[in-house]
Amino acid sequence: MVIKVKVYVTLKAGVLDPQGKAIEQALEAMDVNNVEGMRVGKYMEFHLEPEKGQTVDEQVTTMCEQLLSNPVIEDYRYETEEVITP
Amino acid sequence: MKFAVIVFPGSNCDMDLFHAIESGLGEEVDYVFHTETKLENYDAILLPGGFSYGDYLRSGAIASFSNVMESVKQFAESGKPVLGICNGFQVLLEAGLLPGAMKRNEALKFICRPVELTVENNETFFTTSYDLNEKVNVPIAHAEGNYECDEETLKHLEQNNQIVFRYVDNPNGSVSDIAGIINERGNVLGMMPHPERAVDELLGSDDGLKLFQSMLANWREHHAITS
Repeated sequence: MVIKVKVYVTLKAGVLDPQGKAIEQALEAMDVNNVEGMRVGKYMEFHLEPEKGQTVDEQVTTMCEQLLSNPVIEDYRYETEEVITP
Repeated sequence: MKFAVIVFPGSNCDMDLFHAIESGLGEEVDYVFHTETKLENYDAILLPGGFSYGDYLRSGAIASFSNVMESVKQFAESGKPVLGICNGFQVLLEAGLLPGAMKRNEALKFICRPVELTVENNETFFTTSYDLNEKVNVPIAHAEGNYECDEETLKHLEQNNQIVFRYVDNPNGSVSDIAGIINERGNVLGMMPHPERAVDELLGSDDGLKLFQSMLANWREHHAITS
């Protein structure tokens, strides 16, 4: 069985996002004036072959907390789905 | 005193640091590649600036998992001095040797220019040659030097006098004007400004030299007592 994992890493609420702010300003420059709260994050996806003795959730959580996100300034969430191979 | 300059793929201040120790301080120094694991022959570890692993994922994130970092952690745990400059500071944060994290500079620009710093703590292994509140001129060169930590951590840093350098005129948006912090034990210092680029008047300033001189003086003092 192979699991496809999609990880979304975003800046924590309350952490100012200078990139998001710059993008909002650029949107205003192209006359889009009804956007607020722009936040820039990261999207990662990979395939995972589950291992014995560890659930997929446990493994993905460890990966997210130790490497894929920086818990000081970032939050993460993820989705998993089974890859159907014909 | 024998120094090690750790070289990651993408380090680019390793030679400046090497030069600062060899010519500026006149002490022994080696380049140590990121694949190495033996550090016990060294008296101090220096993590240089640059763009280790192309700043992929987050600055310093990949480097913090390189082979040498396990040994750097043990080195720090044994109480020996570790100094991380710029990307080296980012690596120390990612490795959990110092608290907090770096964000993009407030103005999103890469800033490369001399800045004025205040020495906030001159009682550390790295700063005894400075006066308290001394103003020093040291260059910065970074795009991600916007130091961030939660309020509790900041309070903790302030209470323990762990903020060693502050910007006089905050260039990047760092919390509480923080330019450099030390761990609680006092043997791991991280700073965004580059003291190794300020070791000779010809470079515009030699204010950075005193940092390395402090290390040497304190090492000698400690060495004289224990041997």
